[in-house]
Amino acid sequence: MRPVKRGNVIALAFLALVLHLPVSAKAAVSIERVVSPGGIEAWLVEDHTLPMVSLNAAFQGGASLDPEGKVGLAAMVAGLLDEGAGPLDSQAYQGRLEDLASSVSFGASEDSFSVVLKSLTANVPQTFDLLRLSLSEPRFDQEPVTRVRGELLNNLSRQAQEPRYLASRTFWRTAYGSHPYARPSQGRTATVNAITVEDLRRFTRDRLGRDVLLIGVVGDITPEALKPLLDKTFGGLPAKAAPGVVADTPAVTDGATLLVKKPIPQSVVTFGEPGILRSDPDWYAALLVSTVLGGSSLTSRLALEIREKRGLAYGVNVGMAPLKHSGVILGSVATANARIAQSIDIIRQEWRRMRDDGPTEEELQDTKRYLTGSFPLSLDSTGSVASLLVLIQQDKLGIDYLEKRSALINGVTLDEAKRVARRLFDPDKLTFVVVGSPDELPNAREVTPGG
Amino acid sequence: MRSLRPSLLVFALAIVVGLIGPASAGQFGAETFTLTNGLQVVVVQNHRSPVVTQMVWYKVGAADEPVGTSGIAHFLEHLMFRGTKETPPGAFSRIVSQNGGRDNAFTTSDYTAYFQNVASDRLELMMKLEAERMVGLQLTDAVVTPERQVIIEERRSRIDNNPSSLLSEQVDTAIYLHHPYRIPVIGWEHEMQKLSTQDAQTFYTKWYAPNNAVLIVVGDVTLETVRQFAEKYYGPIPSRPVPERHRISEPPKVASVRLELKSPRAGSASWTRYWLAPSYNSGDKRTAYALQVLSNALGGGATSRLYKALVVEKGLALNAGSFYSANSVDVTTFGFYATPKPGVAIPDLESAIEVEVKKLLKDGLTAEEVDRGKKRMQSAAIYSRDSLSGPARIIGEGLATGRSLDEIEAWPDRIGAVTVEEVNAAAKLVIKENISVTGVLLPEPTS
Repeated sequence: MRPVKRGNVIALAFLALVLHLPVSAKAAVSIERVVSPGGIEAWLVEDHTLPMVSLNAAFQGGASLDPEGKVGLAAMVAGLLDEGAGPLDSQAYQGRLEDLASSVSFGASEDSFSVVLKSLTANVPQTFDLLRLSLSEPRFDQEPVTRVRGELLNNLSRQAQEPRYLASRTFWRTAYGSHPYARPSQGRTATVNAITVEDLRRFTRDRLGRDVLLIGVVGDITPEALKPLLDKTFGGLPAKAAPGVVADTPAVTDGATLLVKKPIPQSVVTFGEPGILRSDPDWYAALLVSTVLGGSSLTSRLALEIREKRGLAYGVNVGMAPLKHSGVILGSVATANARIAQSIDIIRQEWRRMRDDGPTEEELQDTKRYLTGSFPLSLDSTGSVASLLVLIQQDKLGIDYLEKRSALINGVTLDEAKRVARRLFDPDKLTFVVVGSPDELPNAREVTPGG
Repeated sequence: MRSLRPSLLVFALAIVVGLIGPASAGQFGAETFTLTNGLQVVVVQNHRSPVVTQMVWYKVGAADEPVGTSGIAHFLEHLMFRGTKETPPGAFSRIVSQNGGRDNAFTTSDYTAYFQNVASDRLELMMKLEAERMVGLQLTDAVVTPERQVIIEERRSRIDNNPSSLLSEQVDTAIYLHHPYRIPVIGWEHEMQKLSTQDAQTFYTKWYAPNNAVLIVVGDVTLETVRQFAEKYYGPIPSRPVPERHRISEPPKVASVRLELKSPRAGSASWTRYWLAPSYNSGDKRTAYALQVLSNALGGGATSRLYKALVVEKGLALNAGSFYSANSVDVTTFGFYATPKPGVAIPDLESAIEVEVKKLLKDGLTAEEVDRGKKRMQSAAIYSRDSLSGPARIIGEGLATGRSLDEIEAWPDRIGAVTVEEVNAAAKLVIKENISVTGVLLPEPTS
C-alpha cells in the first residue's frame, strides 16, 4: 500500500503512451558538440537560467544483451551502482549525494543502460566524481547486493499480479518468440537469483565502454568547464565495450485474441502488431497516422469512439515503440468485463478504417500542428532536454534535428500518409492480450501469463 | 537503488516538490494582482523557451460535496470539457491540440485544477477558452451519460482492479471518522451511478466563480501581457457569492484501528501506519514546517533513520519511510510505511518500527540530524524551478489550501527557522504510540 492516500490526485486523462518525443523546429535550444581533450564527446545545451546542471548518458546495448539465464543483470547493476563505490559504502555514498543535494541514478531498458545526474552548479565537480566512482569502482558489497536482489524479486512478484504489466508482458513474449525482446528486462525470479557478484563486475567491465557511450548535458556549465570533467568522469572507462550482437527482428502477430484469466472487475488489454523502425523513411508519416488513430486520450479517433461516444474506457492509446532492432505499434485499453468485447471490436474496426481510407486532410493538418507545436512543451526542464540529447544521438537523427523536424513532419503528403497507413495497419494481424474475466470474448485463446 | 523504491506516488511526488520550495528570498519571484471580480492572478516569468503554462485552480474539491453525491467534484472536472455556450462538446481539447498544446485537469479533496501547456503566442486563446468555461458550462444528458461511464471505468482502473488502492480507500474511512476526507475523491460506485446532469450543474453554479479561483501563468510572458488578457477575458465574469467551506471536524480518536486485506491479487505485502496531523492551514504553521523536517529525517531517503534501521541494518524490510503532506485545508496525516522482506512476519516488522518510534519520542532527533536535514531540503529547493509546471503546482496548491503567496515564497527561510525543540515537540504532538490507524496488505497464495 502506498503511503500518501488522501487527496489522491486523479486526473482527467490517461497519460498517453509517450513512446516517442515529438520534436519541432521552434525549440529555442541550441546544441553544441563538445569534445574533451581525451576524445569524449558530449552534446551540450548551455542554459544559465538556474544554478544547476543535468547530465543524461546512455551506454548502448541494454537488457537485450543480458546472458540467457542471467536476465535482469543490467537492471541489477543499475540498482547497485549507487549503492557504494570506491572508499564509500552504500550509506556513505547516499549520504554524500544527499548532502550535496545531488542525484545520480541508473536504469536499464532493452537497448541501453542509462545514467541520470542532477547537481547544483556549485557541486558539479563532486557530483561528477561520484558518478566516476560508480562507473569505475562499484563495490557490490554483500549487504546492498542482497537487499537490491530482494527488491528486484519483490518487484517481480508484485508485477506478476498487475493486470497492465501482465498484458504487456504476455504481448511481448508472444510477439518476439526466442528474441531477447521477448524476455522481461527486469529478469525472472530464477535468473535474478542466479546473478553473482562476478556477473555484476563483468557487466561493468564489458558493457560500460566509451565507444557505446552517448552523453547529453544541459544547464549552467560552459564547454570549457565541461571538457575536463568529461575526461575525469568517463576517461577511465574501457575504450571499447565487449562485442554484443542483437539481431534485427520483426514482431510476429497473427491477429489472435489471447486471454489471461484474472478475477478482476475490469479487463485490461494490450494490443499490437508489427510497426516500423525509427530509421525507416516512412517514420514521420507513420507517426502522423498512428497519432490520428490513437495518439491522444482526448482527441484521437479511438478516444472519440471508445471514450467520448460510448464511455467504454477511461483511456485508450496507440503509439510506436522505438526499439533499436524492431518496429512495433502498441496500444492499451481497459473496459469492464461485460463490455470489453465491444472495445476490441471498435479498435479492430478503426484499425481497418485507417488502413482502408487513411486520415482525412483535416486530421492530417491538425495532427501536424499538434506534433510540431507541442514539441517545445517537453523541453521545459534541464533533465528533459538532456534526455532528448541522448535520444537524438541514439537514433542518429543529427545535431540539426531540432531545426529540421518540423519540415520532416510537415512534408508528409496526404497520399503518403494513406500509403503508409496501408503499410502499417493490418486489422487481421492485430493481436489482443486480455487480462481479466471478460463476459464473452469470441475466439479467445486462454494462455498462461507472463514469461 | 533509488529507482526501485516505490515510496512516492504521482501525488506524493507533487507533494515532495511542494515541500521543496524555492531557494532564496527571491524564490519563484512570483508577481500577483487581483481583478475586481476577485480572481487572484499569479505570474512567474521564465523565458527559457517560448512556452507557457496556464492553470486555473478552483477552491473546491471532493470534501465539499453534498452528502450522497460522492465523486461529483471529479465528475464535474470531466464535464468541464464537454461544452460551453461557445465551444461544443469535445472541441476544447481539439482546439488546444490543433494549437500544439496539451491540456488536462485534476481533482483532490481540496481543489480542482485545469491546465494547458502551449507556445506563448497561443496564451491569449487559452485564456479565452478557460474563461469561457468558468461561467458558460452547458451540459446535456447526451454528453453526461457516457462520461459517467468513463469515470466508473476510471474507478475500476484506479481502485477496483488494484488491491492496494482498495485497502487505502478503506483505511481513509478509519483515519477520518467524520471529516469528508474519508470519502474517496473518485466517489463510491453506488453513488457515482446516480450522479446526474443536475448534480453537476448545481455544484458548478455553487462553487465555480472568479472570486473562488486562482489563475496561474508560468513561462515566457510578462506581467503586463497576462494582466491585459486576464482583464479582457476573465475580467467581465461577475463575482458571485460562494459559500464558506463548512467542513465538519474530526472528533478525538480513542482507539487504534487496524485494517488488513489479504488478497491473491496482491503481489507483495505492505504496512502503513497513520496519525492525524495539523496542516499549514489547520494548525500552527510552525508545527507544519517542523513536521516536514521530522519526516525528512525519519524517512526521507536512504540515510534516514527508518530506512537505515529497518532496511540496511536489521534487514527486515525492502523499503521504509515516512510521509507528511502539509498542504491541506483541514487536518492531514503523518505516518510511516514499510515493505516487509518476504518471510518477515508483519508483527516483527511492526515491533522494529515501534522501537524506533519509542527511541524518537524518548530522545528526539539530534540537533545535527535536524541541521543536516534542513540544509538538504533548502539546497534541493532550487530544482523546483526547473520546469514550468513545478512552480505552477506548488503555488496553486498552496493558494488553494489557504496559504498566502508570501508564505509559499518564504518556504526555505521557514524551514531554516525550524529548531530541534520544535521538531521533537511536533513528534510528540502527532505520534501517539497507542492510538493509530494501521493498514496491512498481504498476498494470499492462490490454491
